[in-house]
Order: sequence, then C-alpha cells, then structure tokens
Amino acid sequence: MGFFSGFKRSLDAWINSIFKKKRAKIGLYGPPNAGKTTLANRIVHDWSDGESFGSVSPIPHETRRAMRKEGVMINANGSSIELDIVDTPGMATKIDFKEFMAFGLSEQEAKKRAKEATEGVIEAIKWLDDLDGVLLVMDSTEDPYTQVNVTVIGNMEARKLPLLIVANKMDLPNASPSRIKAAFPQHAMVPISALEGSNIDDLYEAIAHNFG
Amino acid sequence: MDLVSGEKLENMTSMEKIRLILDKVKTGRIVVLESGLTPDEEVRLIEMTMTEIRVDEFSGIEIESYPSKKEGSLFDRLFGRNIKGRLTVIGPANQLRTIEKDKYQISTKVSVGD
Repeated sequence: MGFFSGFKRSLDAWINSIFKKKRAKIGLYGPPNAGKTTLANRIVHDWSDGESFGSVSPIPHETRRAMRKEGVMINANGSSIELDIVDTPGMATKIDFKEFMAFGLSEQEAKKRAKEATEGVIEAIKWLDDLDGVLLVMDSTEDPYTQVNVTVIGNMEARKLPLLIVANKMDLPNASPSRIKAAFPQHAMVPISALEGSNIDDLYEAIAHNFG
Repeated sequence: MDLVSGEKLENMTSMEKIRLILDKVKTGRIVVLESGLTPDEEVRLIEMTMTEIRVDEFSGIEIESYPSKKEGSLFDRLFGRNIKGRLTVIGPANQLRTIEKDKYQISTKVSVGD
C-alpha cells in the first residue's frame, strides 16, 4: 500500500468516525460454502422487495460472480443505515476441478466451474479496494483459523475498515461460535443461522452499530 | 524446502516476493518465509495464484500464516503501515496440507512425490 493511499484511508476513516455516514458499501466475504449468499438473500428479503442475490448449493463455488444490491435500508434498535451489499464469490487459495466431480459434475462441467471459480476469487479480491466494510461469514462448525479468514481480517485491519464477523450455521449441532470469538477476540462477532433466521435481529443491530 | 530469511524479504518488492514464491511452489518446493507477507501481499499472492491455476498441472497453493501483528513506529501507525507479516508456510496444494493451526502453532503434513 502506497504512502498516499495509506494516508487517504486513514483520513477517510477519521472523517467517517466524525460524521458517522449512514450509507455504506459492504462486502460479504468468506470461504466457499460459509453461507454468504444464503445470508445475502435473507437480508434483501427482510429489508427490500428485491430479487434474491443468487442460488445456493452444497457444491462449493456456487457463486462465481460478485452480485451487488443497492439501497437496502436496515432499521434496527432506533438507528438506520442504507447499504449497498456486495455478495462475493468464496475466497480460496486452491481450486481443483476434481473436487467438483466428487459432487457428481461431469469432467467438462467441473473444469468449467473451476475456471469460473478462479475468476470469481480474483473478482472478490478486486472488490476489497472499493468497500466501506466487510461482513466476514464463517462456518461455525469449521476451524476458524483458515488462511482466507486470516487474510481478510489482516486486510481490513491494514485498511482500517470496519469488520463484523458472522458466525453462521449455529443451527448445526457441532457449531462453536465461541471458538471463532477466541480466535479473533479483537473483532465483534454475531452468531446466527442465515438458513433459519436465528439471531438475525442481533446481526442487524450490529450492522447498524458497526457500519452506521 | 526453502527457508527464506526476513533480511532477504526486506530487500524485495511485493511483486518479486510473489514471483519467487510461485516459481518455487510450482516446481514442488515448500517455501517458509521468516517474516511472512503483509496482508496486501497475501491477497496479491492469492490473486496471482488464481491466474496460474492449470488443469492437471497446478491447482493452487496451501498457505498458512499466523494472524497479523500490530507493530512499528508512531509514523507507521499513523499511515496504517504497522501491520507486520509473520512466519508463513506456502506449498503446492497437492503436497502441503494443514493438520492443525492456532494462534501459536501451525502443524502441516507434506506429501512427497504426489
């Protein structure tokens, strides 16, 4: 990061902290299959009459293009914020088409999906330069110390941008949001089930508080 | 396995570091960076990795580092440059596998000749 871009980010963060802007462009980040699109769909269904972001699937990298919805107004606990929401493709450091064949895709389909998934990861990374904050969605049944989580958190800290950790899939019996909290205690975390909607009001309050 | 000193990394640009890592990893080497990469360099490495993935040749990297640490002078902190990289292990995705990781320890398994 250059001297001037670092200075500009620090200045922007300072100005935002004073004027508390009520509109923010936030990205949903996380590893594949953490539930980013399920959460994005729930937010737009709860707060707008817009269409869903996209389809969800147990096959990793279902979302391979970033999708944006503008002007989603969230009201929670007496405060409101207008969000531009960007649902990004799952971040990964490796993509092997054979992994998709294990889910029943043909070799040709798997190779096509792998190619599109690599482009999706690049797209997700490019969006980092154009956001006001991030919802980092983690699967709370998985080990939180993945490199994707470490890298996204490191980048938001370096850019001095707000980050809210969403410990998703708390409806599953082996979910452990406390493990996520212990791994990244310096950041706010909200345990939810995007699928069932549990605790979702707590998330909206945290969004209004952290990004407003 | 190549263990790259922090001193060597300090004298390299971000692009030189990324090229060094990918060139080594694509030939099957495991790279250990004493002082790691900055968060920005980590995402650039992932981005570059994605452009180099080829079916049946290179499926990507396994990379493991500890969460970043805030250090540096007041001047560094003022301009957001106080996030320092920490020891990082990088290898071919088909040869290096993380078994366990926490704040203080990374356990990996290396397969030879895959």
